[in-house]
Amino acid sequence: MSKVIKIKRGLDIRLKGAPEPTVTIPATPALVAVKPTDFRGIEPRLLVKQGQEVLTGTPLFCDKVNPDIVWVSPVCGIIEDVVRGERRKLLNIVVRAGSDHRYEHLEAGSPESMDPEKIRKQILRSGLWPSIIQRPYGVVARPGDIPRDIFISAFDSAPLGPDYGFILREEAEAFATGIAALKKLTSGRIHIGLDKCSAQSNLFTGHQDVDYQVFTGPHPAGNVGVQLHQVAPLNKGEVVWTVSPQLVALIGKTFMLGYLDSSWTFALCGALIREPRYIRGIMGMSVAALLTGQIVEEERQPRVISGNVLTGSNIGKNGYLGYYDSQVTVIPEGRYYDLLGWAMPGMKKYSASRTFLSSLFPSKSWNIDTNMKGGQRAFVLTGQYEKVFPMDIYPVQLLKAILVGDIDRMEQLGIYEVVEEDMALCEFVCTSKTEVQEILRNGLDLMRKEMGE
Amino acid sequence: MKAKKLRQLIDRMKPQFEKGGKLEKLHSTFDAFEAFLFVSDKVTGRGSHIRDSIDLKRTMTIVLLALMPALFFGILNTGYQHFLSLGTNVSFISWQTFGFGFVKVFPIIVVSYVTGLTIEFITAQIRGHEVNEGFLVTGMLIPLIMPVDVPLWMVALATAFAVVFGKEVFGGTGMNVFNPALLARVFLFFAYPAYMTGDRIWIAGLTKGEGVIDGFTGATPLADAAAGHIDKIPGFMDLFIGVIPGSIGETSALAILIGAIILVVTGIGSWKIMLSVVAGGLFMGGVLNLWGANTYMQMPFYNHLVLGGFAFGAVFMATDPVTGAQTETGKWIYGFLIGLMAILIRVVNPAYPEGVMLAILLMNVFAPLIDHLVVQSNVNRRLKRMVKSANSEK
Repeated sequence: MSKVIKIKRGLDIRLKGAPEPTVTIPATPALVAVKPTDFRGIEPRLLVKQGQEVLTGTPLFCDKVNPDIVWVSPVCGIIEDVVRGERRKLLNIVVRAGSDHRYEHLEAGSPESMDPEKIRKQILRSGLWPSIIQRPYGVVARPGDIPRDIFISAFDSAPLGPDYGFILREEAEAFATGIAALKKLTSGRIHIGLDKCSAQSNLFTGHQDVDYQVFTGPHPAGNVGVQLHQVAPLNKGEVVWTVSPQLVALIGKTFMLGYLDSSWTFALCGALIREPRYIRGIMGMSVAALLTGQIVEEERQPRVISGNVLTGSNIGKNGYLGYYDSQVTVIPEGRYYDLLGWAMPGMKKYSASRTFLSSLFPSKSWNIDTNMKGGQRAFVLTGQYEKVFPMDIYPVQLLKAILVGDIDRMEQLGIYEVVEEDMALCEFVCTSKTEVQEILRNGLDLMRKEMGE
Repeated sequence: MKAKKLRQLIDRMKPQFEKGGKLEKLHSTFDAFEAFLFVSDKVTGRGSHIRDSIDLKRTMTIVLLALMPALFFGILNTGYQHFLSLGTNVSFISWQTFGFGFVKVFPIIVVSYVTGLTIEFITAQIRGHEVNEGFLVTGMLIPLIMPVDVPLWMVALATAFAVVFGKEVFGGTGMNVFNPALLARVFLFFAYPAYMTGDRIWIAGLTKGEGVIDGFTGATPLADAAAGHIDKIPGFMDLFIGVIPGSIGETSALAILIGAIILVVTGIGSWKIMLSVVAGGLFMGGVLNLWGANTYMQMPFYNHLVLGGFAFGAVFMATDPVTGAQTETGKWIYGFLIGLMAILIRVVNPAYPEGVMLAILLMNVFAPLIDHLVVQSNVNRRLKRMVKSANSEK
């Protein structure tokens, strides 16, 4: 039924603390937050005040350029705090959940019978529009666009990546409804990328008018950008959208229920978590309560990451789950000096290169901390990025074009086809400790500005 | 426990070298020593939260490790060739040969490192950069491609030239166009040809006219070959093992092969370049065999692999990631052309008995062009794809 595409270049970093397929439902968290910093390409305008009462689904802020795009409260309660950073940059809007469950009402109904305009409005009003990410640039999609295609990756190949088949095992109908809604927003096709496992599930397969591809191979095979590159690469001037599976199901649910159900399942994992498992909580929930008593190795500072270790954000022990993240990873901080660390045989030092003895144990799981493990240098080694970057793009040349701000060259070398997560492994393996993702983001932002988008 | 004490000592010293401290001027130097002793406690910020354990120091250490077989062989061979020229009977692996070889080779290494690192530290200090690790390898490569009788002042001069004009003027490790070690050799080759060519420089003591037994010329097999004395050069296996006169580290293809295996297994050296240099050499050797205008051209083509500096150049010089081709496709072309040019210069050009050095330096110049063409084909592919999709929409 579907093509098998083999991804040859990449790297599976085996980490300790993979989540067991069990779900814990914690007590309703007291605090949830929506973080404008989770989103690219928007300028938030605050719509609420501290102390104001909000329902589930009440808009908290909107985008200045496209005020139709709103971000809503995942719970019913009171605005606890509006946290701002430098130059009054909006960081967090924290809501304290109340005891009652009141919702802003949307229209319920099957998307099959709705016209595209109505579907668009419904998704916008539900606060789930930002779940649609636009390529190029990896920014929140513009409501006015009709994308060439919509891509969905049904599996996560990143280190300790969650199993969407497990997360959504009871949400088959919601997922199908979400697909039906999204289908009407594109002039092209919906493409779902599967791995060997999800290809067997009824959850993701069997939808009408959907193209399937099966991907095998190491990370980043599960990255939607890599799949998109293999199936139908993005050309200049084209726009495609990508949505993650759990958000597809959530979109579907709003059509089924007629209100936003902000339940959210994510993996709590990583070497420092005592019982790695899945949590059924709420979007944007505070992770503080989940971590108490759960962290092993108390003597080492934990780093709490919303997302995976390659692309996630450091949210701290009292942080809030990111909008797009279906996993929270906790690993040890690496603030220590390593005596002659570069000269030791390195039985316990993980490396994708074979320069440490650790490479004699390819199937071992590792507890990798956040130490940089070396100083930053100019680009010296070659061929390193290419080994973990399965796209027909020259990664080092692209980065150099960005570093000198050469717009034409960036375009020629394929900047439209990548976002940070696609090049995250390059950053991991880099001998010169180059900040690949940050450079790429600067390039994408510059490009977007130049193109006036 | 010692590590902790050492750390405390460094932490106590550190403030003096930081901004506003008494010894602020020596900041880079202090940093280099600190980084040498301890991998920093710096943690990841934005971007990937975990990083691979590899860094540039580790990389350079592996290359040094790969050079060790060639170095040890070179030391033994230096001693052995010396005693051979005197007519003394010693076995190849013995304390006598090692001792003599060590006394001859070690000072060259010391001079190379002291000169190079001094310049590296000074420039890092002036620029306020961290000291780069690149010279750790260059400093070892330079002695290994010198004839053993080279005067030490010349080593110092050549090293200084290579580091200043080969590297620092371009911005340091990662920015240079030419392989610095080869630049050191080519500098001496053209500035002091009397010390770099001829039959008497390859064996310790010969330059000073120390006693030579009858019939011993000191000529390298390569020089014999260039002179047309093909009958004089040893067989393939003898050349492969490398108990012959030549630059300190270049003679033993066997020792170099061990180094090549280390580089390839660890993934530090590009096997593509090594293989394609060999392929290029064999190809040109074969072409010359077919031509066969003189006895040198008639020499079996595979002998070129184990003659002179070919193996050393292929494994340790051509694979320099900074000065070589950087695209994977480009590496094949780059390596093949090096092999081809090396043998062409070696056999056809009467002025230079060894072509490897010049071939690599020449291809260093062309590497960016090769990369440009490879990258441009990617750009064109992307452009074509765009045009095609635009047309199909219409």
